[in-house]
Amino acid sequence: MTGVADDVAFSKSEMMIVAAARELAGQRVCFVGVGLPNIAVNLAKRTVAPDMELVYEAGVFGARPARLPLSIGDPTIVTGATAVVSMFELFAFYLQRGLVDVGFLGAAQIDRFGNINTTVIGDYAAPRTRLPGSGGACEIAINARNVFVIMRQSSRSFVERIDFRTSPGNLGGAEQADAIRRAGGWQGRGPSVVVTDLGIWHFDETGEMRLDSLHPGATLDEVRETIAWDPKISPSLSPTPAPTADELRLVREELDPEGIYTK
Amino acid sequence: MPGKVTTMRDAVADLVRDGDTVAIEGFTHLIGFSAGHEIIRQRKRDLTLARMTPDVIYDQMIAAGVARKLIFSWLGNPGVGGLNAIRRRIEPASVGDGTALEVEEYSHFGMVARYTAGAANLPFMPLRSYFETDLPAANPLIREIRSPYSEETVYAVPPLNPDVTVVHAQRADVAGNTQVWGLLGCQKEAAFAAERVIVVVEELVDEAVIRADPNRTIIPGLIVDAVVVEPFGAHPSYVQGAYDRDNRFYLDWDPISRDEAATQAWLRDWVYGLDGRAAYVEKLGDAHLASLRPGSAPSGSVDYGTYA
Repeated sequence: MTGVADDVAFSKSEMMIVAAARELAGQRVCFVGVGLPNIAVNLAKRTVAPDMELVYEAGVFGARPARLPLSIGDPTIVTGATAVVSMFELFAFYLQRGLVDVGFLGAAQIDRFGNINTTVIGDYAAPRTRLPGSGGACEIAINARNVFVIMRQSSRSFVERIDFRTSPGNLGGAEQADAIRRAGGWQGRGPSVVVTDLGIWHFDETGEMRLDSLHPGATLDEVRETIAWDPKISPSLSPTPAPTADELRLVREELDPEGIYTK
Repeated sequence: MPGKVTTMRDAVADLVRDGDTVAIEGFTHLIGFSAGHEIIRQRKRDLTLARMTPDVIYDQMIAAGVARKLIFSWLGNPGVGGLNAIRRRIEPASVGDGTALEVEEYSHFGMVARYTAGAANLPFMPLRSYFETDLPAANPLIREIRSPYSEETVYAVPPLNPDVTVVHAQRADVAGNTQVWGLLGCQKEAAFAAERVIVVVEELVDEAVIRADPNRTIIPGLIVDAVVVEPFGAHPSYVQGAYDRDNRFYLDWDPISRDEAATQAWLRDWVYGLDGRAAYVEKLGDAHLASLRPGSAPSGSVDYGTYA
């Protein structure tokens, strides 16, 4: 347990999910992944973003999943949805057309500019560890208006140099990335937030991630120990407000009752 | 047998040949496990297996030695973890002196675009993906091209035309007119792109049922070579409205597939040791299958009108 809210103890994973949900305030269309993003997005829909439309890459717009999806193609995302579309339509008409405001990504490795690897650890031709690959991630990174990353911090994943660039972030810095995005007709503005189990990172004017908020119970020493570079810390660093009793109740009773992702 | 209706044994024997490129599509929903198992049972060899998400079925097929190459966009056991039998054929530390699996990888949109180009008889499909990623270097078939109408550059992927595409669906008639509801994935594109098409269905219905709801038809019998009727043929994956994913199996596959001997034992017990899906269903048992049945949520009906 990492802290206590309204006399209720909560876990690091619960804090991470609640923090990610709050970042979704005011967003209209969100491209959801399974696992942590799914819980965060469905929590946001029940709290800060009731009008948000949920898009799943399997081909659903306006989903209302009644249970935590077991996989990205769970029929629970279909029953009661606004529309079922082919995957071509989903990627071409919804994502590449620029209709998605936020896309969620996870990462095996991420660098200070938010470039992401989900393909291999080691050399591509002879990998030490073969990871899942892109799926829809490179498309989301390029064409979702904003990219949210949700992942736990560790010095193995927050690295100086990623082994393979599966999904582009701010490349070598904001200036270069903005020019390339404009020239290439990308719909996306790149990564806007990284929510971890320790805090909330936004990207500053140079395109590098900066710690803006520290979760209750986490320390700056812990943040520095779980990151391979010397991280930027906001001069106005603030504590992340602890989860409210209502947020915790929604996560525990409705969104992840078995505690699969939140223990 | 009337029309194109045949057995899985005959469909696979007649239509899947050693060395073929085979696509069993279905995006975590409607996965053709029964077709995959018959391909294993008939000991097909040197296949190129194409599928956006190889899933547990390709892990089993590759463990059984049917494939020399894999074309894909996301390699994992969805919601569980990795595909361990496939990883053993890719990571040098496990491959050792054995033959590594050749891989050709794309993103999801790239794979969908490949099937779409194949289905539409086009030489490539352009897409705004892959910019500033290492994917084009890893796969030289992903190429940057200049627009003929502006200074813009986009990426192109080549058509993918499987020798055989297998689609699992809720229902078809004897001519192979096939209807699906729920997630559609890229089955339509993969079927139109293929030289030969096998449709496996939960239920065979009268032509009148198809004609009463033409909007639901994704594949016309025109391009279908064989219709196989095999209830629970997509187990352990989902079929919208018919059965839920057998999630226990997906979880159990992880420890089984981490161990080569356990993997081969599983294949003996559940594939080689059975003569087809009916025996598999019997071995699972009625009580277990009944536990996978979802509640009911019928659609309203629409009125197409008559215009005589």
